[in-house]
Amino acid sequence: MLAGWSFRHGVHPPDSKALTEAVPVRRMPFPREIVLPLRQHAGKPARLIVRKGDHVERGDKVGEADGWISVPIHASAAGTVTDVDWWPHPDGSMERAVRIAVDEFSPQIPRPRMVPEWEGLDARDVVAAVQQAGVVGLGGAAFPTHVKLLPPDGVTVELLLVNGAECEPYLTTDHRTMVEFPERVHFGTRVMMRTLGVERAVIGVEKNKPDAIDVLRRTAPTDLDVEVVPLTVKYPQGAEKMLIKTVTGREVPSGKLPAHVGTVVQNVGSIAAIGEIFQTGLPLVERIVTVTGPALRRPSNLIVPVGTKLRDVLDFCGGLREDVAEVLFGGPMMGSAQPDLDVPLLKGTTGVVALTHRETKPKTAYPCIRCGHCLDACPVFLNPQLLGSLAQAGRYEEMEAASLMDCMLCGCCSYVCPSNLPLSQMFALGKAAARRRRELVA
Amino acid sequence: MDASQILTSVSILGGVGLAFGTLIALAHLRLRVWEDPRIEALTDVLPGANCGACGFAGCRAFAEGVLEGAAVPAGCTVLSRDEVEDVAEFLGVDVGESNRRVARLLCAGGSDVALRKADYYGIESCAAALAVTGGGKGCAWGCLGLADCAVSCDFDAIHMTPFGLPWVEPDACTGCNDCVVACPLDLFVLLPVGDPLLVQCRNLMEGEAATEVCSVACNACGRCVQDGAPGLIEMRSGLAVIDYGRIGEANPEAIGRCPTGAIAWVLGAQDFPGAPVTSEVT
Repeated sequence: MLAGWSFRHGVHPPDSKALTEAVPVRRMPFPREIVLPLRQHAGKPARLIVRKGDHVERGDKVGEADGWISVPIHASAAGTVTDVDWWPHPDGSMERAVRIAVDEFSPQIPRPRMVPEWEGLDARDVVAAVQQAGVVGLGGAAFPTHVKLLPPDGVTVELLLVNGAECEPYLTTDHRTMVEFPERVHFGTRVMMRTLGVERAVIGVEKNKPDAIDVLRRTAPTDLDVEVVPLTVKYPQGAEKMLIKTVTGREVPSGKLPAHVGTVVQNVGSIAAIGEIFQTGLPLVERIVTVTGPALRRPSNLIVPVGTKLRDVLDFCGGLREDVAEVLFGGPMMGSAQPDLDVPLLKGTTGVVALTHRETKPKTAYPCIRCGHCLDACPVFLNPQLLGSLAQAGRYEEMEAASLMDCMLCGCCSYVCPSNLPLSQMFALGKAAARRRRELVA
Repeated sequence: MDASQILTSVSILGGVGLAFGTLIALAHLRLRVWEDPRIEALTDVLPGANCGACGFAGCRAFAEGVLEGAAVPAGCTVLSRDEVEDVAEFLGVDVGESNRRVARLLCAGGSDVALRKADYYGIESCAAALAVTGGGKGCAWGCLGLADCAVSCDFDAIHMTPFGLPWVEPDACTGCNDCVVACPLDLFVLLPVGDPLLVQCRNLMEGEAATEVCSVACNACGRCVQDGAPGLIEMRSGLAVIDYGRIGEANPEAIGRCPTGAIAWVLGAQDFPGAPVTSEVT
């Protein structure tokens, strides 16, 4: 154990979490309309199983898992399907989405126990139950959680790593989950440990959340080997590979999965979601979201039904200030700016950050001066300066040869660049070009 | 150092050089591969853009194709009509017919008619904007106007209109396919210059949902399907689709009742507001 050590490189952006880190989680009332895109997770989108006019109860499926790397989508409120049509998606495109007019006077009582009791289930049943409950990684990538519960053949997993780092500025979603729902975190950890057959679990929490560390330690089960490890405050501590490096000292090889170094990493929010579905019997229909930022009147931590429109969430938080310039899904380092306030909050939406002109002032990009700051910042040891100049020249194939695919778009290079070069956007462009080239070849 | 040393070295090196030179000259005589001198001459006359619009792997391959009879001079879409005739006369072959194709934009939603939801700050490139959350345009299928196509065009045939649409000058377009590849939204197609019927929209939404984001979007009303030749136009997932295999049956009545102008009868250049006015091309 290298507790107290850290991964190399990285940056120290101001964490800006004071706006919401002490604000208790509140439940947002059901909005009038819920919009559920069929693509909310990594992998294959869900397959539509409802029609216009159908009535759904809270927790009923509107989309079925289409294959192994896919999960169902559940109605997050009782109501009537008014339409299945194109709707703005947080990734900027238009997607097929189920629109549900929420019953105004419904008590929103879910059907009894849609997820089976955990006691007595074997590992395969747990995996199936987690898939059927629609659980995905709540840390942003929305990768179906059940896939991680079955490690690939020939790989032994020794350690479950619960990711409570939450290194992204502004966001306090995981922080509040750990402080207010520690028993869910521990219960979810127990379920995952038994399913994976691992003996040891480590919950990694950055040191700027001492209350979360304290609560988790006090409530930790005595019959399991679960350790809470305080982590150095550094961005991107919460990146899967960085966390493994910090906690175990091992490095995940390029192109390999954490399972190849005997570890499974799971976001603390997803762990709590696993705990929650087995406790309540209700599939994943809501999540905790930090809604914050200097351009928001009442920064809050909210329990939001999946599919609630951004506009409704902002209104519930007192609305935007006049000087708002940009609304992000996710934090300022990796989040995406939203061009439309009608986009729904999805399972993978970790937070909403509203920024003013002061934080987002566009800066002129100057030529690269070869200072090398980006090389010292890149946590996966790429050469952003080289990749950037290749991107500017449109030489995307050479970018791939320079390990572009190891880039996780954490934004450290753009953050430190004194010439204000939009490096991580260039890398997003390079990755999109690589995808497109593969499609053209196929 | 005395002069004899210099003389020796010069004569040795000179001798070696002479010997190898003779060898090369002999080899050249013995092992020479005869090449039609007209290939070289023709390649020099051709534009040298290696654009590939003729279907050959560059200008030299096209020259070889013409001499073998696999292609006709008119197959080069970059040469002007006069130049093509000069080439044909030089080679003593027929000018030939070519089905000249030009790039057409499947979007007419300039900033004058299309809704803009947000301002985009970032790399000035459509592909870069799409790699994040798009260019802020209301229509997710429409042209972003950041000119990736105009940058890719080697013939300066694409000009951006004041409303941010790429306008293709048909006389300058060679149909080389570069803009088709460059557009991340797949908005360009190559069509024979004589095929006038065109749906200038890719928006898959229907009815008011479509026209709310762009007043010239196809709202899938289906009038063109009724007005066009039977079976020529089909409504497919919210968009009118033309069967170009039967384009010969097309007539201007097909566009007559279109409520938005999404389907257009294009003679010459596409008619975008702010674009230069051009005469009909052949």
